[in-house]
Amino acid sequence: MSLHVPEKNWFRAPEGAEKLWIGVALVWCFVMSLMMPYWHFRGKQNAKGETYAVSAEAFMERTQQFVADNRVGEIDGVPVVEPAPGSDAYLVARMWDWYPILKLREGETYRIHMSSTDLNHGFSLQPMNMNFQVLPGYDHVITMTPTTTGEFPIICNEFCGIGHDRMIGKIIVE
Amino acid sequence: MSTVSTNSAALDSPGADSRTCGTTGLKVCLAAQRFIKLNAVAALVFLLLGGIAAILLALTRWQAVHLLPVDWFYRIITFHGLNMLIFWILFFEVAVLYFAATIPLKSRLFSRPVAWVSFGMMLVGAVMTNVVILQGKADVMMTSYLPLLAHPLFYLGIILVAVGTLIAVFNFFATLFIAKRDKTYEGSLPLVTYGAMAAAVIAVITLLHGAIVMVPTFTYSLGWTPEPDPMWYRMIWWGLGHMSQQVNVAAMVAIWYLIGYLAVGAKPVNETVCRGAFILYILFINLAAAHHLLVDPGVSPAWKMWNTSYAMYLAVLASMIHAFTVPASVEIAMREKGHSRGIFGWITALPWRNPGFSAAALSLVIFGFVGGITGVTLGTQQINIIAHNTMRIPGHFHATVVGGTTLAFMGLTYYVIPLIFQRDFIWRGMARVQPWLFGGGILLVSFGMSFAGSLGVSRRVHDIEYAGAYGPAAHLFLGLMGIGAIIAVFSLVAFVLMCVGTVLFGRKIEGRAMADWGVAESTVEAKPGSLAHAHWAMKGTMALTSVFLLCFAVYYFANWKALADVWPVQ
Ligand code: HEM
Ligand SMILES: [Cu+2]
Ligand SMILES: [Cu+2]
Repeated sequence: MSLHVPEKNWFRAPEGAEKLWIGVALVWCFVMSLMMPYWHFRGKQNAKGETYAVSAEAFMERTQQFVADNRVGEIDGVPVVEPAPGSDAYLVARMWDWYPILKLREGETYRIHMSSTDLNHGFSLQPMNMNFQVLPGYDHVITMTPTTTGEFPIICNEFCGIGHDRMIGKIIVE
Repeated sequence: MSTVSTNSAALDSPGADSRTCGTTGLKVCLAAQRFIKLNAVAALVFLLLGGIAAILLALTRWQAVHLLPVDWFYRIITFHGLNMLIFWILFFEVAVLYFAATIPLKSRLFSRPVAWVSFGMMLVGAVMTNVVILQGKADVMMTSYLPLLAHPLFYLGIILVAVGTLIAVFNFFATLFIAKRDKTYEGSLPLVTYGAMAAAVIAVITLLHGAIVMVPTFTYSLGWTPEPDPMWYRMIWWGLGHMSQQVNVAAMVAIWYLIGYLAVGAKPVNETVCRGAFILYILFINLAAAHHLLVDPGVSPAWKMWNTSYAMYLAVLASMIHAFTVPASVEIAMREKGHSRGIFGWITALPWRNPGFSAAALSLVIFGFVGGITGVTLGTQQINIIAHNTMRIPGHFHATVVGGTTLAFMGLTYYVIPLIFQRDFIWRGMARVQPWLFGGGILLVSFGMSFAGSLGVSRRVHDIEYAGAYGPAAHLFLGLMGIGAIIAVFSLVAFVLMCVGTVLFGRKIEGRAMADWGVAESTVEAKPGSLAHAHWAMKGTMALTSVFLLCFAVYYFANWKALADVWPVQ
C-alpha cells in the first residue's frame, strides 16, 4: 500500500502493541538522555571541554617554560618532565610528535593542557583507550588522575599527514 | 513533453510522454525514467570505484597483508569515503526522488532541463574531485579538516555535487507541487513519497550546511579569504556530514516500506504512526552534529549533552518506531495470508529467495541491531571518550550506511532494473545469494572493526606497529575485517557486473510483466483484511523488538561499565 495514496481519514491514534512499543521506546530514550547528566555529576569520567584561546607561539612558549622548570631526564632526545602533583602540565601536538614526555604519580591529579601548533591531532592514550581532540588555537585542558602505573603510549588518532602513524608520545606513571 | 508549467502534470492527459508498466500497470513518465536511469548508472559506477578502494583499504589495515604504501593508503581512504558516502549515495538518492515524485503520483517530472543541469553538475563535480584525489593533490580525508588544505578543485568538485543535488531536490519539490496543483492524485501522498519528501527536506538543510562550510574553505584555498576557524569548520562540516546520514536513513526506511509492499503485500498498520516517525526525523536531527564533537575543546558539556540527547534521541525514537512498524506490517500481511503458526511461523514463509526482499530484511536487521545500537552508544557524551576516532566508529557506520542503506539500495535495484530499464536480470541464481554475501561480509567487517577499536586501534592509520600498543587480539580482529571485506567486495562487484550486464544484455521486457523474484504466497487459510483491527496480532514483532531492546540495554550499560574502568578525567 505504501506505493498508493492512503485511504481517506488515515489519521488514527496508535493502538495496542504499537502504542505499547512507542511508550517503551520513549521511556528508554528518556533513560538514555538522563544517564549523561547523571554521570556528569556522579561519574568520574567526563569530557568537560575546558578551553582557552591560545596562539601556537604562546602555547609553545608556556610549554618550553614548563619543560625548563620541571625537567627530570631525557629519552631519545625528548625531555622527560615531572610536574608537581595538582599542577598544570603542557603537551604540544605537532607534525609528528608529542612534546614532551610526561612523568606523573599514581593517584595524583594533573591539569594537562593540550594544543597543536599546526594541524588537528588526536590524543589517544593506550591501552586505556582514552581519546581527546587537539586543535590549533585551542588550549584544551584535561584534568586527569592516573590510577595505574607503567608506560603508556599516546598515539595520534586524527589524520595529520604522511607521518600520522609515527606520531607516538608517552606518559610514564610511577 | 515540454517543461512549460502550464501543461498538465497528469500522465493520462493527451500528449503526455509516458508508457504503461507491464508489471504494475502504473504510468511511467519517460523523462523521469531517463533520469532515474542516468542517476542509477552513475551511482553504480561510483559504487564500483568505492568497492575497489574498499578492498585495497581493508587489505592494508589487515596488518599481515599491508598492501598499500603510506601515501596511497591516505589517498585511497579519501577516495573511498567520497565515492561511497557522497557520490554513490547521492546519485542513487536522486534516482529515488525522481521515482517517488512521479510514478506513485501519476505525475510527470517537473523539468527535463533542470534534471540535465543537476545531473551534469553532479557528474562534473564528482569526476573533478576524483581526478584531484588520484593526482595526490587532496590527501585530506573526506572530512578535510582545516588547517589541512587540498587543491581548490577538490572543494569546487564537492560544491558542484552539492549544488547539483540541491537542484535535483528542487525538481522533486516542483514535481510534487505540479502534481498537487493538477490533481494527478486524490488525498494524501503515498507513504513512499512521504518518506522521500522527509529525506528531501533534510537534504536541503544538510546541503546548505555544506555550502556554508565549503565555500569559505574553497575561497581560502585560493588565497582570497582568511582561514576559517578549525573548530567552526568541524561544527558546520558535521552539520553536513551527520545530517546527510538522516537523509540516508529516511530514504532507506521508505524503501523498506516499498519492498515490504512489493514482496509481501504489506501495508502500514497505522499510517499516522509511520508518518509521524518521519516528521520526528525532520524535527530532531538538525543538532546531531554534536555527537562528532563530544571530546572536542571549545564546546560546553551542557551543549554536548543537550544536542546529542534531546535532539538525537527523538530521532532514535523515530527509528525505533519504524523498527516496529515495518516488521509488524509484514507480519500482519503474512498472518492474513494464512501463515499463522506460532510466533515465528510467518518468518519461515517469507520470500527469502527474492533478493529485493532479503536485501531489505537484512538491511533492517543490520541497521537496527548493529548500526543503531552502536551508534546511540558511541554518541553518548561520556562513552565517546573510549570510542572517539577508534575503529569502533567505522565499525558502527559500516553497519548503518553499508549494511543498512547500501543494502537497501541494492534491494531496490533488483526492482528498478526490470521496471525502469525494462530488462530481466541475468545470473538470477547469483542475485539470490548476493544480498546474503554482502550482508554477511559487512557484518564481519563491522565486528572486526568494532572489536579492534575497543582494543584501542585507531581509524585512518596506515600502520599500527609503530605504536607498539597492540597484541594478537587486535591483529586477529583486523584479519576478521579483512576476510569480511573480501566477501563483501566480491558480492559488491558481482552486483555491479550483474546490473551492468542486465542493462546491456538482459532479456527485454516490452509490455509484459517482469520475471518475478517471488512473493509471499497465500495458503488456503488466507483471510485478507481479517487482522485490520487486531492490534495485538503481531506477536513475532513484539518478541523480536523485545530481544532488540534487551541487546540495546546490555550493550549500552556494558559501555558505561567499560568507561568506569578507565582513569578519572574531567
Ligand atoms: C563493500 C564493502 C566495504 C568495505 C570492505 C569497506 C571497508 C572500509 C575500510 C577498511 C575503511 C577504512 C577504515 C579506517 O582505516 O579508518 C573504510 C572507511 C570508510 N568507508 Fe567503507 N567499506 C565498504 C563499503 C562502504 C560503503 C558502501 C560506504 C558508504 C556508503 C562506506 C563508507 C566509508 C566511509 C565514510 C569511510 C571513512 C573514510 C574516512 O575515514 O575518511 N564504505 N571502509
Ligand atoms: Cu597527529
Ligand atoms: Cu595524526
